[in-house]
Parts: sequence; structure tokens; C-alpha cells
Amino acid sequence: METKPFNDHSFYEFIGQQQLMGSKCEDCDTLYCPPRAFCPNCGGTNMAWHQFKGIGNLAAFTCITVCAPQMIALGYGRDNPYCVGVVHLEEGPKIDARILGVNAKKPETIKIGTKMNIQYLEAETENDTSFMGFSPVK
Amino acid sequence: MMSKRKKLGREVAIVGAGMSQFGLFPEKNSKDLFLEAFLEMRDSVDKGVDLKEVEALYLGNFTNDFFTHQAHWGPIISDIIGLAPRPATRTEGACASSALAFREGVFAIASGMYDMVLVGGVEQMSACSTEQVAEGLALGTMPYEALAGFTFPGIFGAVATAYFAAFGASREQLMGVTIKSHNNAPLNPKGQIPLTVRDLMNKKAASFKRKEMSVPSWSDERDFLRDPQVNPMVAWPMHLFDCCPISDGGSCLLLTAADMATQFTDKPLYVAGIGQGSGRGFHASPEITSFEATKYAAQEAYGMSGMSASDIQFAEVHDCFSIAEIIHTEDLGFFAPGQGGHAVNDNLTALDGIMPINTSGGLKCKGHPVGATGTAQMVELWKQLRYEAGERQIPQPDLQIGLAHNLGGTGGTCTVTILERR
Ligand SMILES: [Zn+2]
Repeated sequence: METKPFNDHSFYEFIGQQQLMGSKCEDCDTLYCPPRAFCPNCGGTNMAWHQFKGIGNLAAFTCITVCAPQMIALGYGRDNPYCVGVVHLEEGPKIDARILGVNAKKPETIKIGTKMNIQYLEAETENDTSFMGFSPVK
Repeated sequence: MMSKRKKLGREVAIVGAGMSQFGLFPEKNSKDLFLEAFLEMRDSVDKGVDLKEVEALYLGNFTNDFFTHQAHWGPIISDIIGLAPRPATRTEGACASSALAFREGVFAIASGMYDMVLVGGVEQMSACSTEQVAEGLALGTMPYEALAGFTFPGIFGAVATAYFAAFGASREQLMGVTIKSHNNAPLNPKGQIPLTVRDLMNKKAASFKRKEMSVPSWSDERDFLRDPQVNPMVAWPMHLFDCCPISDGGSCLLLTAADMATQFTDKPLYVAGIGQGSGRGFHASPEITSFEATKYAAQEAYGMSGMSASDIQFAEVHDCFSIAEIIHTEDLGFFAPGQGGHAVNDNLTALDGIMPINTSGGLKCKGHPVGATGTAQMVELWKQLRYEAGERQIPQPDLQIGLAHNLGGTGGTCTVTILERR
């Protein structure tokens, strides 16, 4: 695993293996998720893989009825919206993700700050890029 | 880092400005649209100009490559306006593309390289279906956003939910922006949707009646906007009337070295400050309820001009979505964080308010041909500062300083331009 480049390809490959992996700058301890090969904080390139717990708080969300093409292919649409948002991970970074286990038809019931944990998704179509999501901790 | 006051090598002025009609023109292409703006610009130069003196063109265009299957728009436009073989450079910064062209033109003159340059932008979007336009625009999101399933309205919807939670705001503030922009809209003859929300309401009622459907009894504009039948959800809490339309259009400005400006007009505008910033996309930005690229650009522009937010008398800000206008007016320092929405509902940003915002009708009503928007915002500053804005002229006797804020993509590129009449 150490030989994988710190890039998007590796990030999604790890997601496929049900691991949320980012990078940690060994020089200044800054965490990145998704990973970075270069540390904008200190200018270092001394990165190590870091596994994130996949726990965080819902920082922002939306429920989409006019859907992205790859989501229409999954059956989403005007009468079947999906939720997507930003999760603020416990370790610090924020991440874009599908939001699962909420009622996307009733966005008023979804609350910012809700504690979430990660769920890994099987690709449903060839162009399915939704990879993973977070759902409220029961 | 920003403590050093950056100045231009020499001062730059605007001596002409023009824009095409904005709207949906399937029978026109980008050449037609830009030419229309160019001819209006030519006629706006009070003392006339020999356009053979224009030394270079900087042209903003986002993604005509995708929308029209034709790239390399710099020389195409340069050819149709008779500029070739003089140099033409295309700039791309998503929806901020022509503000980048403006900046490059300013730098070209400030450097001493050129004395007169043309800057502008063009975008032709209506050749595509709505789905294709959405796909084309999605090219301007940041990595990870589109992959996770975000759309453009979705990103701004998510910004809005974070804003609502942080400041206890609601759709009521967003509706205020929509109603205000539509109040200015009929006063702009170049705009795409010259209708107030009340006009739209009456039109809808008439169409319901024509179809022999029962007409809902909306009590006022807000009641109309709350009705999902006429204002359906796009991406919570963004509804149809929170989103700007798909548009075609072109716009341009003629720039000269400041010491030459009065050869062309007794009423030039001067570039007091320009700034540009970059954003990192949602997941890496420090705050979701603010665009760091805007704050950076504003700091640079205010620093150059020696001005602060309180010196600005009116502004065109990038209201691609209603929530965006609220946040920009906070990031630019016009209102405190969390106060932007209240300012709208208190009519502070109305045409006759203390801080008029988007007198043109904004992207929401004037239209948003993405590559043309940045310089079109400056066309509005040109009209207002020279008291040529007709019915939508800001009713203040001493307008001297206006600001334009252009945002590209989901905040990846932001520019702030301060123009001054002396
Ligand atoms: Zn570091």
C-alpha cells in the first residue's frame, strides 16, 4: 500500500476496498482527505497514508431533483431526489459525499450537525461515481 | 501577506463599453453576439475612436468548445471585428472568464506594452439542450464535487443549508433577493427576463385561466414563490426562481492608458482596484458560508484602491443563485456575516436603497451567458457611473465608485473590480 501514489485514483481504489484513506504530512502532521502528494501547508512531500475513521458531522447538504446525468441513470429524478453533502470528518478535513439514510423528499427533516458515519456503495452502473456515502449514526 | 499595497505600473481607463442583447437566440452565433457588443462599444466612445489603434484583444469564454464544438475563439472574434493580425488571447475562468480578460487587458496597458486594448467575453449556450448545458457547466465544478453527485444548483443549495444553520436564515431571505432583482429587471432593456415577480404571477394566473385550471389565490409575491407548482425545487433549498437562466450574449470594453483617456471621452472611468483569488472547492475551503477567493480578491482590490467596503456606492455581484448574492455582499464587506439576507429584506440593496446591488437585474434577470458576464457587469458600472442607466439609474446625485464581483464555477475563480469616475 505504501507504493500507491497519493492521488485520486488511489483514493477511489481504497474506497472500493471499503477504506477511507487520505494522506498525512510527516513533516507538519497535516491531514488530507482525499490525499495530496504535496503539502500546501509546509511545502513538504513526505506523505504517509492515513486511514480515516469515516465518522463526522453533516456540514452542508442539498436534495437534488434536477439531477446529474449519472444520477438519472441510477433512477433519481424530480420525484425521486437524492441527498448529497459535505461531511466534516472527526480528524479535521471535510469531504463531499452522498448522504444516505435520510428522507431526501423531506429536506426540512435533515439537520446540519447530525453525526454521520461512512457507508460504502456498490457501483450500480458503469458511470456510477457515487462510491460512498454517509448516513446518520443510529 | 497582503499588507503590501500592490499598484499598477501605470493607470488604466475605460473609454467605451457595450453589450449585446442577452437572451436565447438560437439564430445567432458567438460572432454575431460579440459583434453586437462591439458595435455598441464603438458608438459609446464619445469623441470617436479609430479602431485600427486597438493593439490587442483579450476575450473571455468558458466552454463554447463544449457548447458549440468550436474552440480557439480569440482569433475567430479578432477576425470578425477586423483586428487580425493583431494578437488575440482567450481567457478561461469558468463564469469569471471575461473578468480575467479585463484583468489581462489592464495588465497589458499597465505594463507599458500596449496603449489601447479591447477586452470582453462571449458565450453561446442555447445551441444545447438544458441537460447538455448542465453537463457543460459541470466542467466548471471542482474535482470530487460532480463525482459525489453535486450539480451547480446543488453546490449552492448546500451552501444555503449551511448558511441557514449558521445564521438562522431561511428561504424568506432568498426570496427577497429574487423579488429585488426582478424589480430592477423591467428597467433594463438589454435583459433576458424583463419582468417583476408580480408580472410573472399575473402571467401564470392568466395561463392557468386559459387552460381552464383553477388559479391559486397567491396573496403576494412571496406566497407565489412558496408555491412549488410554479416555483419547483431544483436542489433544496434552491428553487427555480433562485437560479439564473441559460443565456446567449457578448460584452466588451475599450481600455486605454489613463493619460490618453480624455482624447476619447470627457467621462472615462478609471480602474481604481482589481483583485483575483482562487478557491479550493467546498471540501477544502475553511468556511462553507463564505468564498475565500472573493475575500482574497476583495482585499487585493481594496488594497490597490486605498478604499474600503464603506467607500463603495453600489455593486454588481455574481448572483448565479440567490444565496450567492447574499454571501457575496458579506464577503465583500458590505454587510456583516449573517446580515446579507436581512439587508435585502430591509430594502437596503434595492435601486433606491443605501447599497444598490445588481441594478442591472443581476444574472438572475439580465441573464448569464457565462463568458460574457464579467465584462457585462462592468458595462452596468459604466452606465451607472456616467448617469446613462435610464430608468434604472441609481437615484443618488454623486455616484463615483462602483464595484463588480465575478465568481467562476463553485468559487474556484473570483475577481473584484473597483471603477471610479473622477
Ligand atoms: Zn506539511
